[in-house]
Amino acid sequence: MSEFLILLVTTALVNNVVLIKFLGLCPFMGVSKSVDSALGMGMATTFVITLASAATWMLEHWLLIPLELGYLRILTFILVIAATVQFVELVVKKTSPDLYQALGIYLPLITTNCAVLGIALLNVQEKSGFVWSLLSGFGSAFGFTLVLLIFAGLRERLALARVPAAFAGAPIGFVLASLLALAFMGFSGLNFK
Amino acid sequence: MIAAILSVTLLGIALGFALGFAARKFAVETDARVAEIGAMMPGTNCGQCGYPGCPGAAAAIAAGEATVTVCPPGGKALATALAAKLGIAADLSGVSDEGPKIATIAEEICIGCCRCIKECPTDAIVGAAKQIHAVMREACTGCGNCVDRCPTEAVKMEPVPVTLQHWVWPKPQAKVEQAWA
Repeated sequence: MSEFLILLVTTALVNNVVLIKFLGLCPFMGVSKSVDSALGMGMATTFVITLASAATWMLEHWLLIPLELGYLRILTFILVIAATVQFVELVVKKTSPDLYQALGIYLPLITTNCAVLGIALLNVQEKSGFVWSLLSGFGSAFGFTLVLLIFAGLRERLALARVPAAFAGAPIGFVLASLLALAFMGFSGLNFK
Repeated sequence: MIAAILSVTLLGIALGFALGFAARKFAVETDARVAEIGAMMPGTNCGQCGYPGCPGAAAAIAAGEATVTVCPPGGKALATALAAKLGIAADLSGVSDEGPKIATIAEEICIGCCRCIKECPTDAIVGAAKQIHAVMREACTGCGNCVDRCPTEAVKMEPVPVTLQHWVWPKPQAKVEQAWA
């Protein structure tokens, strides 16, 4: 049990997918203008990453390894991820039209969110088991959502701050992101041994 | 080789069927009127109504939030058509319809700044930087977005000129009394 907890903390905080591995930066900068849409995006991405981790594990172990089709890994993974994203889009459109409007172009763009493919490929690389890949996928996605939420909250406050004209808009956002990344570097000192 | 082709094909077919099923299962019931009204709108998304594009305006009209006279490029003709469609009486007093208009560019004062080109939703204005611009009459929908952008006031909305392409045989001016006189 405790090793699962450690896995969650490690993937969410220590090896944070956005700030340490630099994956998924597009939604990190793009959908972080308000906490509400950031939360929605985080939830949708979490759902997609967790589902995609499970689906790609099954694909890898039941299709690619038995048939020795390792060279098709990226192609088939992208196929499955794209289908998952389409499915999520359908569900979000049905259940929450407001969220669908708020997420806009970024919802289909989860397909090209490198964090989704990156986590699936990392799971394969580490030869982890099914539950392990599922949990590490969920942990990474949770870390993504967490960072997205923190960043959106910071940017909401930043909108009220007086920023020098040369830094207004995206530049101060990048400065803020780097400060946040510095703060998350502190987690690398965590030691579970 | 064959295993690769087969597996990717089967994967694609399976995912396609799954998504097709999900699309049926999670289909959103949309108001059929919105699509019908949307088809009647000019469709250039010029934004003069204040709604996000023609689909937004169509949704607002269908929901009763906007009047049928909301669309300036559509003018009186669209307002009456929409009122007939929705079965309501249209208040046409606020609509000043002086017939269809299109943008024209006064070539002697156009400085070729390209600002109007960027505004045009239908790409009806042709020209390049420091070259005189011109409006393609067939493509202009008369939305008027370009008028305010012109720094030299060279762009004006003018009634559609009668050309060989536009001219129609006038209806016979039936004057029965004269005929019998």
